[in-house]
Amino acid sequence: MSEPAPSPASTGPARLALASVFAQAGLVGFGGAMPVVRRLIVERHGWLSEADFTDLVGLSQALPGALVVNLAVAIGRRFHGAPGAVLAVLSLLGPALGAVVLMALLAERFGDMPAMRNFLAGVAAAAAGLFLVTALRMLRPHLRHPVACLVAGLGFLALFVLKLPLLAVLALLVPVSLLLQRTIRR
Amino acid sequence: MTPELSALVLVFAPLSLMAVGGPSAILVEMHRQVVDLHAWMRPDEFTMLFGIAQSAPGPNMMVASLIGWRVSGWPGFAVASLAIFVPSSLAAYWALSFWDRLRQAPWRAPLLTALAPLTAGLSMAGAAIVTLGAARDLVLAAIALAAVLVLSATRLHPLAVLAGGGLAAALLR
Repeated sequence: MSEPAPSPASTGPARLALASVFAQAGLVGFGGAMPVVRRLIVERHGWLSEADFTDLVGLSQALPGALVVNLAVAIGRRFHGAPGAVLAVLSLLGPALGAVVLMALLAERFGDMPAMRNFLAGVAAAAAGLFLVTALRMLRPHLRHPVACLVAGLGFLALFVLKLPLLAVLALLVPVSLLLQRTIRR
Repeated sequence: MTPELSALVLVFAPLSLMAVGGPSAILVEMHRQVVDLHAWMRPDEFTMLFGIAQSAPGPNMMVASLIGWRVSGWPGFAVASLAIFVPSSLAAYWALSFWDRLRQAPWRAPLLTALAPLTAGLSMAGAAIVTLGAARDLVLAAIALAAVLVLSATRLHPLAVLAGGGLAAALLR
């Protein structure tokens, strides 16, 4: 069954509107990009239903890569095919990369000052804390399920303690994880 | 293409395809490649770039862009950015055509949820390695701990916490 051809602007976004949505999302940080996309595409413009959007988010999470980048590919492709996907991703990453370039230039310009070095070290420490909190939040829903805990623990052990290459860890644990969770579902 | 630019592609393109659940899963491997295997920078420099990438808008995977910039200037920045984003985006595009055809498959949902615990474990490993590199003296360890407490207990914006951490370090170190 082939999917419907991209529809004209009456039911979907024009390219410029699509680019605008993702450019706005790209300027938000800390996981806020996806909610921005949702708010604009589902609530403000109604280009996708909530169900369709959630479906695409689920898929974007399962695929390798940043969630919001995969989402841009998915939504761009949905409305304007390959050019749409490219446009959405460029709109998303363009402003963000610009911001990063600016920050890199600032760090380079003032990087020799001890105060700047200490400031960046402090930001890094706080960022580590943020990462810890985020990782713990990812872990929390699984703490009640022994099999999920086992899988998470194996992943942590293999990567952090045993220092195995990621490719080996994934090759081993993705099938193990799928098998274990299939058996408990029966 | 210089050897360094080729090396950047060889590091970040495979990482792009292994980033299941996002950048958290590949951070340990990125650290291993960049700090241990290629010795492009020290652990504290790596975590500093990570901190900048976290502070900046956009996906955290842009830490790769910063690493590329550090290793090979602006060509490195461009090459690393392409390497970290293009492979996974192409794979996503390709997978999407299958997805539409498999819309009714009953194993779709279980597949999606099955990987969640694994990526959680990998992310914890990533958080651990970044914390080890960042919390290298008492002041910084205290800042990291304070950040964990503030972010868990309050609704303070993360950017404010990062800035606060930076200011504290600038004043106390």
